[in-house]
Amino acid sequence: MFAYTVKRLFQMLFVLWAVSVLVFLMMSFTGDPVYMVVRIDATDAEVENARRILGLDRSLPEQYWFFLTNLMQGEFGNSYVFRQPALDLIVERLPATLEIVLVAMAIAAIVAIPLGVFAGANPGHPVSRFIMSGSLLGISLPGFWVGMMLIYVLAVELRLFPSSGRGETLEFLGIRTSLLTANGWHHILLPAITLSFGTTAIILRITRAGMMEVMRQDYIRFARAKGASRRGVLYGHGLRNGMIPVVTIFGLQLGDLIAFATITETIFAWPGMGKLLIDSIYRADRPVIVVYLMLVALIFVVVNFVVDLLYTMIDPRITVK
Amino acid sequence: MAATFLKSQFVFNWRRNPPAILGTLILVVCTGLVVFGPFLVRQNPYDLTQLNLMDSFLPPAWLDGGNPAYLLGTDGQGRDLVAAIVHGARISALIGLSAMALACTIGTTLGLIAGFYGGRVDALIMRVADVQLSFPSMLIALFLMSAFGTGIDKVLIALTAVGWVVYARTVRGSTLGEVQKEYVQAARVAGLSNARIIVKHVLPNVLTPLIVIATVQVGTFILIEASLSFLGVGVPITQPSLGLLIKNGFDVLFSGLWWTSVFPGLMIMAMVFGINLLGDFLRDELNPRLK
Amino acid sequence: MTAPLLSVRDLRTWFHTFAGTVKAVNGVSFDLAPGEVMGLVGESGGGKSVVGFSILGLIDPPGRIEGGQILFNGEDLASASEDRLRRIRGREIGMVFQDPMTSLNPVQTVGAQMDEVLRLHTDLDAAARKARCIEMLESVGISQAADRLRAYPHQFSGGMRQRVVIAIAMLARPRLLIADEPTTALDVTIQAQILRLMRRRIAEDGASMILVTHDLAVVAEMVDRVTVLYCGKVVESGPVRQVIDTPAHPYTRGLIDSIPNPAHRLPRLKQIPGTVPDVRALPAGCAFRARCPRAQAICATDAPALRPHRGEQSAACHFPVAPGEPA
Repeated sequence: MFAYTVKRLFQMLFVLWAVSVLVFLMMSFTGDPVYMVVRIDATDAEVENARRILGLDRSLPEQYWFFLTNLMQGEFGNSYVFRQPALDLIVERLPATLEIVLVAMAIAAIVAIPLGVFAGANPGHPVSRFIMSGSLLGISLPGFWVGMMLIYVLAVELRLFPSSGRGETLEFLGIRTSLLTANGWHHILLPAITLSFGTTAIILRITRAGMMEVMRQDYIRFARAKGASRRGVLYGHGLRNGMIPVVTIFGLQLGDLIAFATITETIFAWPGMGKLLIDSIYRADRPVIVVYLMLVALIFVVVNFVVDLLYTMIDPRITVK
Repeated sequence: MAATFLKSQFVFNWRRNPPAILGTLILVVCTGLVVFGPFLVRQNPYDLTQLNLMDSFLPPAWLDGGNPAYLLGTDGQGRDLVAAIVHGARISALIGLSAMALACTIGTTLGLIAGFYGGRVDALIMRVADVQLSFPSMLIALFLMSAFGTGIDKVLIALTAVGWVVYARTVRGSTLGEVQKEYVQAARVAGLSNARIIVKHVLPNVLTPLIVIATVQVGTFILIEASLSFLGVGVPITQPSLGLLIKNGFDVLFSGLWWTSVFPGLMIMAMVFGINLLGDFLRDELNPRLK
Repeated sequence: MTAPLLSVRDLRTWFHTFAGTVKAVNGVSFDLAPGEVMGLVGESGGGKSVVGFSILGLIDPPGRIEGGQILFNGEDLASASEDRLRRIRGREIGMVFQDPMTSLNPVQTVGAQMDEVLRLHTDLDAAARKARCIEMLESVGISQAADRLRAYPHQFSGGMRQRVVIAIAMLARPRLLIADEPTTALDVTIQAQILRLMRRRIAEDGASMILVTHDLAVVAEMVDRVTVLYCGKVVESGPVRQVIDTPAHPYTRGLIDSIPNPAHRLPRLKQIPGTVPDVRALPAGCAFRARCPRAQAICATDAPALRPHRGEQSAACHFPVAPGEPA
């Protein structure tokens, strides 16, 4: 177990390092950031000076070395636009993003797993067919378009929900969250539903496939031969086996949700780090983009690690090596 | 040949599968619109001389104030929405298909190389694939586009960069299986060159699973492209895809001008839904194990 | 003869598939006395497993029990409610499946899967249930039972798993055990052990058993009476020695001739010519006639009924084999 954890830690570090190289290379080929920091009418001397301060006059490997050592020290530089540490900007907006991602994930799980279990346990049922067609439609819809339609119908026409913003927030354990106020929930619902759309469809389909596979197994029949009820068999024996592929997909979907949150946040003017990323891309605010990417990479490797551990808990056949 | 195909199990099953028929119908209609649509609409939506600002933001023809000349209404520049959608769908479909073709070619080649030669080449390709797979496609594409700037060619590069991995992994897996088999061993003993063995013997045997992947990927690519364009980092405004049309519609949605975003969205939905319906059918047909 | 524990009357279980109706079980009748062990024999596809699943009410769509009665202690299980069946399954009737590798849930401990039976069917408290499980595991020859309860199925070998499956099936002391090819998936050396174990457990509890198998050699050693199925119908039944020594139906005879037997010293192993016909489109008359060396015109038109042949032996054949007569 210990050896496994150490090995995984090294793998995680390797992935993070690879990401840092990629991020650095991409950033080096995208425009000259020096013009972001100097005045519009700066003289050549001023530009050269700024270039030296940013370290842009060095060779590429040297620049990467600076980049890496700065990363190690948590030193990401200041945002060109906000003139504040980029890390602070991102971290400040992280809770808002995690909030809508987690609510979306919860919605997806609550909707998708029971429907998927039903569809998998009753493959020929008309309701199952309806569920499956619906889920196929779900993965065929552009998520941002769904969000717009929700805004138009529920916010603009019916005025049931606010169309943008985060609403009231409360501080809890040092984190500002809107999940503690009714107004906050009122605001988060539409964006979270929008974001959950694709994930719901995918988790539903994986759950169904897993359940169908499991319900065919002999041990399900054997459990029924023991006298267990259909429900008892479904939840006592089927669900846990059927959940094994779902756990993996949850990990992957978390990544997708964070990525697609950029769009949802843009539509709903949700003040999260995704919207900040899009704004920073428009403004070529390099340090902010770098922090965002490195943070997201960190989140992913940690989530993947947790998923692997969950695996070993849910399936005793898998032992950590 | 055609006659045998029509009598095959494949066609037999297709005719008994309403979702598959629906998907095919949708795709046939969409293909018709994409290929012939631009010749059927009266207006070239991007020739400014053909646009009349007096006609801007007309609602669909069946609503009050609608103009029968503009069935689905017009946008802010008096552009016929039908014409805009037909042209936009063409760009979306073209990007989806070309990016799929590129990703499939590159991914398959790398997968064959990795699976056939093994060793360091294999390790390198698969390590890159692993790292890439731990990130969502959308994020990678977004990141690449933010670096490249807008442009159809750049969207293609970004989508290809995102999409090759799945082919490489699948092909490598099946290649590893094929290389073990006797006919490959026999070809080696017979002194055939590696390149010839790969192309003549291995490749045809690893292609089947790719059909489903490729089909579904076109839909995925259309959606990713739409998302990128919606965010303003996809296609340029001179060549608007459906995603960009929706973005333009979004800017006026709060004024109640819903049709400028609803109809392009429905078009994307129809295209991707048709692809996915067909993909589901192919998956069941080509993977007997899952039956 | 005492009142039978189980009396199956004209059981018909059909499967309605897109390609046609499969009459897997089509008019099967037999009786089983308390404490009796009966072999249900036939080639694969002969419907013998379906009989077992029908008794437990475990036929899933597209399958359906179309008619007939399954009288267990005088109660008709074919028309019993799912609730009633659930109280019978595991408690009154236990079942052992063919493949021990797949009949145990891989993500639950053996203990949990045993405990489930006792929770469903008894009022015992946790400690008593555990004691019963340990006792049961020991009685099927698993040592260190208390530790093994905490183990997962993948930590057992195939033979050990089948012992666990038998322990689970016998845990609530059912009066009838249905064993569906219980040793087919096991090594030959382990087969005999498992069969002896089952026989002993049955005898200790005074229970009855239906042994579903394709293997007449197993039947000869294990059972009191044998019922032979072909294409969903009973073609022969009777005391095991009598049926094996003097089979009346040409099909039974063919099955026996295809067993390697040093005592018979045949020049070479015989096999029944042809294959089991497509049960979706059975021809009129006797289903076996296409493979039968004795078939005549009447076999193509009239299906033979099951008639008493000699003593307790019955056969469904127009021209049954007389004792001593060559095939």
